Amino acid sequence: MSDTFSLDGAEVPFEPGQTVMQAALSAGHYIPHLCYHPEFKPHGSCKLCTVKINGRTAASCTMPAEAGLEIESDIDELNDLRRTLVQMLFAEGNHFCPSCEKSGNCVLQALGYDLEVHAAGFRHQFPDRPVDASHPDILLDFNRCVLCELCVHASSEVDGKNVFGFSGRGITKHLIVNSESGKLVDTDIALTDKAMQVCPVGVILPKRVGFSQPIGQRRYDQRPISAQALDDAPRPSTGASHD
Amino acid sequence: MTDTINNLETAAHPENLRRVAIDPVSRVEGHGKVTLLLDENDRIHQVRLHIVEFRGFEKFVQGRPYWEAPVMVQRLCGICPVSHHLAASKAMDMIVGATLTPTAEKVRRLMHYGQIFQSHALHFFHLSSPDLLFGFDSDVAKRNIVGIAAAYPEIAKQGVLLRKYGQEVIRVTAGKRIHGTGSIPGGVNKNVSIAERDYLLKDIAQMIEWSRDSVAMVRQLFEQNLDFYDSFGRFKAHTLNLVRADGAMDLYHGGLRARDMDGNTLFDHYDYSHYWDAIFEDVKPWSYMKFPFLRSLGPETGWYRVGPLSRVTQCDFIPTPLANQARKAFMAFNGGSVTGATLGFHWARMIEMLHAAEMMQDLLHDTDLQGDDLVSTGQRQERGVGVIEAPRGTLIHHYKVDEHDQIVRCNLIVSTTHNNQSMNEAIRQVARQYLDGKKLTEGLLNHIEVAIRAFDPCLSCATHALGKMPLEVELLDAAGSRVDVLARSSDGAFCSPD
Repeated sequence: MSDTFSLDGAEVPFEPGQTVMQAALSAGHYIPHLCYHPEFKPHGSCKLCTVKINGRTAASCTMPAEAGLEIESDIDELNDLRRTLVQMLFAEGNHFCPSCEKSGNCVLQALGYDLEVHAAGFRHQFPDRPVDASHPDILLDFNRCVLCELCVHASSEVDGKNVFGFSGRGITKHLIVNSESGKLVDTDIALTDKAMQVCPVGVILPKRVGFSQPIGQRRYDQRPISAQALDDAPRPSTGASHD
Repeated sequence: MTDTINNLETAAHPENLRRVAIDPVSRVEGHGKVTLLLDENDRIHQVRLHIVEFRGFEKFVQGRPYWEAPVMVQRLCGICPVSHHLAASKAMDMIVGATLTPTAEKVRRLMHYGQIFQSHALHFFHLSSPDLLFGFDSDVAKRNIVGIAAAYPEIAKQGVLLRKYGQEVIRVTAGKRIHGTGSIPGGVNKNVSIAERDYLLKDIAQMIEWSRDSVAMVRQLFEQNLDFYDSFGRFKAHTLNLVRADGAMDLYHGGLRARDMDGNTLFDHYDYSHYWDAIFEDVKPWSYMKFPFLRSLGPETGWYRVGPLSRVTQCDFIPTPLANQARKAFMAFNGGSVTGATLGFHWARMIEMLHAAEMMQDLLHDTDLQGDDLVSTGQRQERGVGVIEAPRGTLIHHYKVDEHDQIVRCNLIVSTTHNNQSMNEAIRQVARQYLDGKKLTEGLLNHIEVAIRAFDPCLSCATHALGKMPLEVELLDAAGSRVDVLARSSDGAFCSPD
C-alpha cells in the first residue's frame, strides 16, 4: 500500500521518488503545465503547475510527493494566476494562431482554451525575431518560443548534439543555435532527432509540412489538453483507469 | 449637364466648395467613404470613392515560409477567404511545381463554388435586397435585412439558407466555415467522404431551385422598372475576366480575356503567369486602393470592370444548362441593353449563383472527390502566380520565394481593386443623374451607395459592414461652417449628432 496525499480533496497515491505532478497525472488528476515533459527532468520554469501545498505555493513538477500533504490546484485563485501567466506568454512572443501551422497541436494555444483565456490581457510586445530558414529541412520560428527549454534538454540529453541553448538574461533571454554562424544549417540536427519532437509551440518545424494535417485531426481538436494530458501520462502497471 | 461636371474626379477649384461625406459607406464589405464637393447652387464638382484602410499583407507575408501563405493571406477577408486561400494555393502550386491530382482539383473547385454561392447569396439578400425590394429612398429604418425579414420572410429565409449551404460546402472541404486550411501547396489536405457528400447532396436540388427563383426575381425587378434599372449609373467600360480554353465561364482557372468597351477583343486566353505585361497599377494620392489599368491602353483610359457582369457577358457560354439558359435570356433582354447596366451586376450575380449550384451538384456526383491522391509536387520554382475568379472578380496573387522557402516578394491585386475606377465612374454618373443641383437627402445619397453596392465591393478585403453603419453627412457653407448635419447611429436610427 503506497502513501497518499490530498489533491483538491482526493486521495492521490504515490510511489517513493515521484513528484506531485507525476503522482497526480498517474492517478488521473490533471494539473495544468507547459514546460513539464514526462521524459525529462523537470525544472519548474513556466510556473503554470504551481499548486498550494499546506497553504504555500510550489511548482508541482519539482515538488517531491510526501504523505499527508494537503494540496490545492483547481481553485479560482490559482487558475486566475495561470490565466495571467498564459496571457503574458502570448504577449511576450508573436503568437498568431490564425496563420500558425501548429494551431490545434500547440500546447500554449490548448492551455489558453482550457484555462478560458478570452482576452489578451497585456499589450503585445511584438518582438522582432527573424526566422531561421537556413536548414534545408527544418525551420526555426523564434517568434513563438516560450523558453520551456525542452529542445535544449532533448538535444543534449537524448540526441547528444547540444544544438540549442539560451542567451541573455531576464526579458532578453532567448533561444539560440549553437553553431559558429548561429544558423541551424551549420549544426548536425536531423529530422529524426528528439529535439524535433518536443517543442510545445511552433518554433521547431519540419519544412513543407505546414497545414497538411486537416482541421479536426489535430491533437487538441477533439479533446481539451486537460483530457489529452492524462491520456499521455505514464500509467501505473496495474492498468487502473482514470475514467 | 454642364462642363463643370463632365469629369468629376478632381474639381478645378476645390477651394470654398462645400464637402459632403458618406462615411462610412454602409452595407458593403469593408470601410470606404464617398466625398462630394458642391458649390453654392448644389452643382457637383467632385466625386470620389476613398478607401480608408491600409492592410499591408504584402509586406508582412515577407519572410514567412511559402506553405503558410494560403492560410495567412485569407485573413484579408472574412467574406471570401476561400478566394484568397485558393489564389495563394494556385501560386504555391507553381512554386512546388505541382500538377494537381483530379481529387485535389475537384475538392478545391467544390470549395470555390461553395464560396461563390454563399458570397453571392450574402450580397444579394443581406446587402442589396433592401434597396431593390423597398426602393433606394425608402424608409431607411426598414431598409435592411431585418426589414426584409419582416416584409418578405420567405425571401429572407432563402437568403439565410442559401448562404448557410455554401458555408457548409466550405466547412466540408476546408475544415471550417471561415478561414479553413483545406488547400495546401500542390493539393488539398482532405477529400470528401461519402457521408459528407451525402450530407451536401440532400439539399442541393433545393439550392438550385431557389437560385433559379433568385434569377427570376431580379429579372422581374428589371421588368417592373426597366428604364430606371437600365440607366441607373450606366457607363461604358472595358472588361477583364478568366475564361476556359473553349471560351466557357470558368471561375477557378483559365486564361485572361480583355475586351474594350465596344466589345473588341484586346487579348484572349492570356497566360496569367505574366499578368504584369498586360496589367499595371496606378496610384492616386487620395485613396489607399490602387488603380489598375490595361498597359496597352494606358492609365487614363485603360481602366476596366471585373466581376459577375463582365464574366457573364464576356464568356462564350456557361457550361451548366440552367445557368446558360439564364445567361441567354439575360443577354437578349431588352435588346441586350442590360448587359452594360450597373444594376445588371445583380442579375449576372444570381446567374453565377445558379451556375455555382449546378457545378456543386455535378461535383458531388463525381467519385474523384473520394480519391486518396491528394498532393503532388514537381520541380521547385522561384515565382508563383495564382489567379482565380473570386465572387467580386479577378483575383491575382503573385509571390517570389527564395531558396530557403521564404517569401521575399508578394503582390496581390484583389477584385475590388480592379473595379476601383469603375466604381468611381458609376458614382460620378449617379451624381450627374440624380444629385446634381438638388438639395441632398439621405435617400439621394443612398443612390450613391446603391451604385457602389452593385459591384459588391470588399473595400478593405477585411471587414464586414452589415447595414446600420453609423453615418454622418455634414453640410458646410462656402466658408466651411457647418449649416446642417444628418446623422445615423449604429442602431440605424437617425439622431442628433450631438
